[in-house]
Amino acid sequence: MIYEEKPDQGILLDGIGLTYGKGASERQVLQNVSLKLEPGEFVAVLGPSGCGKTSLLNILAGYLRPTRGTVTINGKRHTRPDPGVGVVFQQANLFPWLSLARNIEFGMRMQSISKARRRERVAYFLELMGLETSAKLLPHQLSGGMKQRAAIARTLATDPEIVLLDEPFSALDALTRENMQLHLREIWHKTGKCMFFITHDVDEALLLSSRLIVMHPDPGRVVEDFANPLTEGAADPSFARIRSSADYSRLREHLLARMDGVNTLI
Amino acid sequence: MQSNTQAQAAVPLKNGEDRLAPAAARRGAGGKISKEWLYRGISAASLLAVLLLWWCAATFGWVNPLFLPKPQTVWSAFMDVIRDGYKGQTLLNHIGTSMRRLFLALAAAFATAVPLGILCGRFRVLRAIVDPFIEFYRPLPPLAYYTLLILWFGITDVSKVLLLFLGAFAPLFITAVFSVQRLSPDRINGARSLGAKGWKLYAFIIFPSVLPELLTGLRTAVGVSYATLVAAEMVAAVSGIGWLVLDASKFLRSDIMYLGIIIMALIAIAIDLVIRSLIRRVSPWTEQ
Ligand SMILES: Nc1ncnc2c1ncn2[C@@H]1O[C@H](COP(=O)(O)OP(=O)(O)OP(=O)(O)O)[C@@H](O)[C@H]1O
Ligand SMILES: [Mg+2]
Repeated sequence: MIYEEKPDQGILLDGIGLTYGKGASERQVLQNVSLKLEPGEFVAVLGPSGCGKTSLLNILAGYLRPTRGTVTINGKRHTRPDPGVGVVFQQANLFPWLSLARNIEFGMRMQSISKARRRERVAYFLELMGLETSAKLLPHQLSGGMKQRAAIARTLATDPEIVLLDEPFSALDALTRENMQLHLREIWHKTGKCMFFITHDVDEALLLSSRLIVMHPDPGRVVEDFANPLTEGAADPSFARIRSSADYSRLREHLLARMDGVNTLI
Repeated sequence: MQSNTQAQAAVPLKNGEDRLAPAAARRGAGGKISKEWLYRGISAASLLAVLLLWWCAATFGWVNPLFLPKPQTVWSAFMDVIRDGYKGQTLLNHIGTSMRRLFLALAAAFATAVPLGILCGRFRVLRAIVDPFIEFYRPLPPLAYYTLLILWFGITDVSKVLLLFLGAFAPLFITAVFSVQRLSPDRINGARSLGAKGWKLYAFIIFPSVLPELLTGLRTAVGVSYATLVAAEMVAAVSGIGWLVLDASKFLRSDIMYLGIIIMALIAIAIDLVIRSLIRRVSPWTEQ
């Protein structure tokens, strides 16, 4: 992926701190998190449960106001949710009264995009997600994998700068999950969106990401941030090739150890 | 081995495994449906048995016919009233009058209680302002304040519609408040991230999200208003199905009284069926 580097392009988190509660029950959940997310990056965020990954995502999305620090997108402060930052939840969270196609269309309807353009984009995303034959079905008539694909399509349809995904595949069975991972990577290649992908699954992070971030709890902070050497360079390496590469198991062990708080060298 | 899985997985997964679940669900529902019909059959048989008992009791003189007229007598009263009306108005007119009062009140209550309830569910301050009044009048039996309404508006349709409106308002308002408060934050947040804000968030997300529960609330509201309507027509009216029964009682026309009560019940059942089918139509996903 080639893109022009501009100084204020991308998503900038500057000194983010977050404290829950007051007085005795005060709890610092995030401390001084500063990150620059470039357009076209696939950032996987790893970390033990409770280290503040979801909190960080909520701040990025604009659902939560940080106690300290700012979020800037392409030079503009970002303080409340808007279609510039797409969010995919753990549960697909589709609107149950709308058909799949209407769900995908929803964001564009909110932005008053013309009907012809909407129809065109809905058709495009239905095809991209392999959901053409299910366009008229209601969410409760879909399988978990289909729902999550529809949720991703719905988010992409508003053409966000960045897509935040909070463990989007963790509720799916192993086979469906692998399919979804392949699918997501294909979509990332096609759309070139910046992805901010929270996961518990080290393998998933290694297979998909172009950049790996590890967080530690108490207080939540970034302790590791590096380009994923496994996906660097190669245009579209197959999962099998990544898994069988020499570095794979070493990186995997390293990340697992880092998530546990043990320091090892790469 | 690994590259094998890869090749399989690379084919975008379409309907194969995805269709399995609904098919299995349908099979399960099939068994349920035939059971359902069995129970319906039992209900019908039980109804027939009681009708038969009624017929026997009246025909063989087990009960004074003033207390319990024969089914045939009620039926012929029905034919008479259909043909000649009752006290200068056709039967349909009486029913129509009652229904007009009921539906005007319900429509007005829905149009006011739902928006107010939704806003109160979202804004705690607004709820704090409105709550004391709702809590004050809600436990009152409607007929208690009917006297006041008659004082202000006389024995008119206005006082009756207002009475039913007040009866329907509270359950609708409370349903709206609680169902909005129960909405998952993800639902709202997701919608906001897709660009829904201001009135659009209310019209396109919050209202449809709570609509199934609102219709369930409407069912309760209909129950309350209908009971109130009949009582109000018995207390003060010159037309309507409730008045018809009360008037017939003054002349000891038990056949007309039975007829009126049966009609009331049938109307109530019909209204409930309509609302239930409406609920099923607007929220097919709550079926299972
Ligand atoms: N609303 C809240 N009030 C108080 N504390 C909270 C709140 N939300 C989260 N926390 C705390 O903040 C910490 C971080 O939570 P967060 O959900 O961000 O973790 P996470 O990394 O996403 O965990 P997981 O991997 O289990 O999803 C946790 O210790 C949690 O108890
Ligand atoms: Mg989380």
